[in-house]
Amino acid sequence: MFAVVQFPGSNDDRDMRFAMKSVLGAPCALVWHKEAALPSDVRAVLLPGGFSYGDYLRCGAMARFSPIMAAVRRFADAGGLVLGTCNGFQVLCEAGLLPGALLRNQDLHFVCDVVHVRVERADTPFTSRARTGAVLQLPVKHGDGAYYVRPDELTRLEASRQIVLRYCDAAGVRSPGANPNGSVGDVAGVCNARGNVFGLMPHPEHAVEAAIGGLDGLAILGSLLDAVKAGAPSA
Amino acid sequence: MSRRPDPAVDHALAREHGLSDEEWERILAILGRTPTFPELGIFSVMWSEHCSYKSSKNCLRTLPTKGEHVLQGPGENAGAVAIGDGLAVIFKIESHNHPSYVEPKQGAATGVGGILRDIFTMGARPVASLDSLRFGPLDDEKQRYLLRGVVDGIGGYGNAVGVATVGGEAQFHPCYRGNILVNAFNLGVVDADRIFLASAGGVGNPVIYAGSKTGRDGIHGASLLASAEFDDTTESKRPTVQVGDPFTEKCLIEACLEAMRTDAIIGIQDMGAAGLTCSSFEMASRAGTGIEMDLDRVPQREANMTPYELLLSESQERMLLVTRAGAEDRVREIFERWDLDVAVVGRVTGDGRMRVRWHGETVVDIPVDPVAESAPVYDRPRHEPAGLRERQHLDRSRVAPESDPAGALEALLDTPNLGSKAWIWRQYDQLVQGNTILGPGGDAALVRVKREDGTPTHKALALAVDCNPRWCWLDPYGGTMAAVAEAARNVACTGARPLALTNCLNFGNPEKPEIMWQLAESIRGLGDAARELGTPVISGNVSLYNETAGQPIHPTPTVAMVGLLEPWERFAVSHFPAAGLSIVLLGETTDEIGGSEWLALRRGVEAGLPPRVDLAAERRLHRVLAEGVAAGLVRSAHDVSDGGIAVALAECTFTGPGGLCVGARVALAGDLGVETLLFGESTGRVVTSSATPDALLALARREGVPARVVGETGGAELSIEREHGEILVRTAVDRLRGIWSRALPRRLEEGER
Repeated sequence: MFAVVQFPGSNDDRDMRFAMKSVLGAPCALVWHKEAALPSDVRAVLLPGGFSYGDYLRCGAMARFSPIMAAVRRFADAGGLVLGTCNGFQVLCEAGLLPGALLRNQDLHFVCDVVHVRVERADTPFTSRARTGAVLQLPVKHGDGAYYVRPDELTRLEASRQIVLRYCDAAGVRSPGANPNGSVGDVAGVCNARGNVFGLMPHPEHAVEAAIGGLDGLAILGSLLDAVKAGAPSA
Repeated sequence: MSRRPDPAVDHALAREHGLSDEEWERILAILGRTPTFPELGIFSVMWSEHCSYKSSKNCLRTLPTKGEHVLQGPGENAGAVAIGDGLAVIFKIESHNHPSYVEPKQGAATGVGGILRDIFTMGARPVASLDSLRFGPLDDEKQRYLLRGVVDGIGGYGNAVGVATVGGEAQFHPCYRGNILVNAFNLGVVDADRIFLASAGGVGNPVIYAGSKTGRDGIHGASLLASAEFDDTTESKRPTVQVGDPFTEKCLIEACLEAMRTDAIIGIQDMGAAGLTCSSFEMASRAGTGIEMDLDRVPQREANMTPYELLLSESQERMLLVTRAGAEDRVREIFERWDLDVAVVGRVTGDGRMRVRWHGETVVDIPVDPVAESAPVYDRPRHEPAGLRERQHLDRSRVAPESDPAGALEALLDTPNLGSKAWIWRQYDQLVQGNTILGPGGDAALVRVKREDGTPTHKALALAVDCNPRWCWLDPYGGTMAAVAEAARNVACTGARPLALTNCLNFGNPEKPEIMWQLAESIRGLGDAARELGTPVISGNVSLYNETAGQPIHPTPTVAMVGLLEPWERFAVSHFPAAGLSIVLLGETTDEIGGSEWLALRRGVEAGLPPRVDLAAERRLHRVLAEGVAAGLVRSAHDVSDGGIAVALAECTFTGPGGLCVGARVALAGDLGVETLLFGESTGRVVTSSATPDALLALARREGVPARVVGETGGAELSIEREHGEILVRTAVDRLRGIWSRALPRRLEEGER
């Protein structure tokens, strides 16, 4: 089963469940953030977008103290698959499950737009349905999406192949105009060293129907489903 | 316990509260005594223009509000319309003009918060917002500050609360310099048999307060801020603007919807204007009951608040619920799970009185009905504004013809009124809830309907908001009809059938006879158009006193139309989707240039009668669009409005997704002057593209709608010529797109004017 964590202020929780359940046909439930444990049959955890705790103090800074996060950490430490989109990505960074931080967008404005991202590696449980170098068209909508790590840390992440998605143009070429928020290295998504925790600013759950945002989100969420079917560890 | 003593209540204090001499006498008659200070506060807000509609009520009574699919008309928090299969939509538009001028970010944010509460109070999940905004010209730093603040406020609140902002409009005119307009629309989806009303039924039932704590913010927002003109003391009114907390609102939405899924809730009302006072009076009045309340039990943010402050605070994100007796704990549990304050503050009584205690002392004891329902209604004097006839007369012989049509097109696309609004709506989450088929930038937004359990349906709602204030200034009756017609046409362009409308009547000071005349004429036009188009007025809001230092705004009756498209899988976009399609113009171009954008921009003249509206023809046109889209004969449809057919064609070429540009070559018939032919704004016209033009023409002929093939899509240029070959415009689409897309950013971010 897929578990979508519902923090107070989560907005895309129901959309994520819709994508997994109604579009991909996978069992999926919302799990309340005050729960101390994940349901025992959970095979992947999804941290959705939104404004957990209003994004007050700092995006994701309070959600990481929700009781469920201890269980998510244990799950990840045991090799469980964890995907965070947008606010979920911010929570994972705040929780230290992913490297780096998400800062205010470079132009200081919230941005809602469709962007292109290049798949830097297809050998992860989150990108196996794509091929390396493939360009996905996905929506972004965030005010704090500028990925930041120190330059030496970025080099290290690149060396350890932890950069999974980068902003690019429709042809797959990186350029400042294609980066919607000023992320270092045009980073749109990163995974942990082990490769079982992945965070991205774009919203795959909003690109799962041809006439509503397109189908490229399935490259991410479908990959996760494939990985679970192939036997990912449970909670 | 002691508290700060209340001031002595007398006639002079009543005047300071905005009550007229006549209203003061009426209060004395109702009570048979002098009111207490909190009672005076209650009367002043309940009888304020904002809450009582005392100037507009007589006119509003004439509006068509019923229809076979209307489940709830005006009078509740919002209106409701059935959309089939047991589903209904709840929607309304509301103003937050004065607060947004005084404090743009919080003013706009709380405008969004307020309209959302009107929707979920009725049991619906809010799914889509629109905003109708008006500012003064952007060459003024103050206006740029206001625009930035308002957009920040709308986005900051709407994005965080998880409701998509899918469309809207923004216009700029000097008449809004001292009085901007911020009208916020929201629509929610609900099971038709699960609509909740604001009614305090069942004697003995508990009255429960839930949401944020009460503070001292927003006291007299409704009476002093919303119901009076602006002057040079406006800055001092900043404390009357409330502060919004979208996080609490989001939790409140979820908690309320959860509580409503139980059988505990009898009635529910949000605390909006005039807070606890208005909500409790309205709930008791609708049920024919009374309420007794202990103010000490109200969750409070600050110490030592007086009864007067507690009753009149407009602190945001608060709800008042009446539940079944014995269900208190169940409801309490839900709100506490969402970390919201919740408290039983009183109970429903059968004696029709509002009794409020504070530490055991009765501070309010007044009959409910005379306050809530017997508010004064004024038949204010009205007469046609001086100079109107002169304005309406346009001496065409003194209007120099356009000598540079291509230049005029570029100049029009470069105006903030006609240029791209992407700078604004890129800051809004247009996608959350995953239903946005068509977002901002087209004729109408199109939003797929899901059930509350997440099951998708084949229904989609088309949403548009429109008003041409210049037309309404030149002719409030015709201009308002045109707003209704355009909103309906925009909805029809997607293929949807217009269902019903909501409106926000933004006008000046109704105590001036010429403003009252504008208001009355406008409402007459609204009613006539709504009747003829079969789209009843199911909710609305009146915003008066939109004046600063005696200068009123143009009459601005914004109309938000909702249409239904089913199955939604066949819909039309507004841009040309591909090359090689025939361009078919539906409707007739007539010799009208009065009130046009071209006339204002290129000749500096705002005069003439606006274009005529033929509602019967409009209805036929909507039918052709609905049938044409359903039959696959119409690939795209875009309404001809501000800037005429040249601007409409240009928009068709470059507004596709991802910067898609599809050129067009068009030949226009007729011997009209070039400015009228290209930039005239005669109504009832739609530019469509079709792969099967003969079938579309046949359909149009059958319905009696004038239609002709005027060109073909393709290439990288927009070329418009006369039928006999004279080229009027021939410009690269890229170039037009560049000008259009820079219109706002270059003024807002690069300091250009």
